[in-house]
Amino acid sequence: MNDVNTTMVDKYRNDFLKEVEENVEEGHWVKMCMQCGVCSGSCPFGPHWDHPPQEIFMMIRAGKRDEVLTTESMWMCTSCYNCIVRCPRELPITHIMHGLANYAHRLGIAPKMNPTRRFSAIFWNNITKTGRVNELALSLKLYFMDGFGNGVKKALAMKKVGIGMIKTKRLNPLALVNHKGVKNPKELHTLIKKAREIEDRRKGLAS
Amino acid sequence: MAKKEYSFYPGCSSERKASASNYMVSVDAMCEKLDIKLNEIPDWNCCGASIGYAEGGELPRHVMNARNIALSEQNNPNQDIVATCAACWLGAKETADRLDASEQLLADTREVLKEAGLDVHLKNETPIRHMVEVLIEDIGYEGIKEPMVKSLEGIKFAGYVGCQTNRPFGVDGESFENPMYLDKMVETVGGEAIRDYEKKVTCCGGALAFSEPEKSQEQIKDIIEAAYDQGADMIVTPCPVCQMNVEVYQDQINKTYGTKFHIPVTYYSQLLTVAYGGSAKEAGLNGNIIRAKQLEEIAAK
Repeated sequence: MNDVNTTMVDKYRNDFLKEVEENVEEGHWVKMCMQCGVCSGSCPFGPHWDHPPQEIFMMIRAGKRDEVLTTESMWMCTSCYNCIVRCPRELPITHIMHGLANYAHRLGIAPKMNPTRRFSAIFWNNITKTGRVNELALSLKLYFMDGFGNGVKKALAMKKVGIGMIKTKRLNPLALVNHKGVKNPKELHTLIKKAREIEDRRKGLAS
Repeated sequence: MAKKEYSFYPGCSSERKASASNYMVSVDAMCEKLDIKLNEIPDWNCCGASIGYAEGGELPRHVMNARNIALSEQNNPNQDIVATCAACWLGAKETADRLDASEQLLADTREVLKEAGLDVHLKNETPIRHMVEVLIEDIGYEGIKEPMVKSLEGIKFAGYVGCQTNRPFGVDGESFENPMYLDKMVETVGGEAIRDYEKKVTCCGGALAFSEPEKSQEQIKDIIEAAYDQGADMIVTPCPVCQMNVEVYQDQINKTYGTKFHIPVTYYSQLLTVAYGGSAKEAGLNGNIIRAKQLEEIAAK
């Protein structure tokens, strides 16, 4: 079982709202939702959410911890910020959804196979490795995340797009060997590591 | 001396042989004609984009952006930070806002930056702006028109503003639902703008075009379809992610939906560069996978 998750369950008992307020980015806004549903109706991926944002807010207040943290819903957020600008109560909904997804991911209970969760981790590791995106490595890692056979299939499906990008000099075919990032990646790694340590300490996520 | 000078945050996609390298080429040409000098922030790093959230969390993400702000304030003092990429602009601006709102977050960020000796340079008081803000606010539509030597007359553009150039911050004086600046820019250089383009601010799926391709391509299909329906010759956008997503998946969408899409997707900076007499190469038009032939023809005149 996951230690941090168990710790949190013990710590907050039935008060999931409090847990969200204390540990989730912008979580203190959740209680301000008045259930109008504009966010849900404004979401470009709305139909793909099992529980749209408005419902998530009510579920948090109803203490439905497992249902909220294990759902694929928040992972449907495209970061379009439509919900934020339309919310009559001005809740930073996009950030709360990112925050919930991040929290579930850190607790180890987010849906393992969700492609956006996996892509997000691949992306973050890609950019922090050198300090700048390596687009070739990012694409390849994404295609090959389900093994070699699947990777070849996906890469072939994307072949035309890739060739188009290379021909127009918008993709570096040699980026696996000559991609350049910041001057001192090690220093950047130190910063990220330290930031993570402080954040984990503040949110009680330190193991 | 240049008329205007800024601290420039180009971002990853603007690099050589990256997905928006042609955007950068055209921005360079456009700025030269407008006498704008861009001083690149030395050793800048990625903003974390939106999609970094699951693994990046809060503080690490803000540290990434704060490092750039500190480097800018150290090396290009008293110069507004300007980004050409929607995500870079959003990421940096969001961090600046958050640090401004929370003393705790600011203190934590400083503590982390100390490891690189950058804490002393972080003032967090520099305005963070998008290139389109520079154009319409500092240069103005009259100023945008000044270097114009050719008209884009005869080309009809669907101005696709997209999400992150428009929300949550947007551009002063513009609405989130129907911003007009891109249309006005098009009209300023003689093009015909579809002012009521139906999908002007619809999401292309963003980073989820990678992780949820079917769902994203459904969005992209609607964006392109509306452009055709309203008679557009090409699409124009200020965002590198919008540009790529709407351009490169057209073949796949055609396969899935039986459509026959083949519409160029350009940047505002490419339009201006051509209107300013720049060559197709200077406008980065050779970087468009679906060639913008009408623009190339005007550039060749």
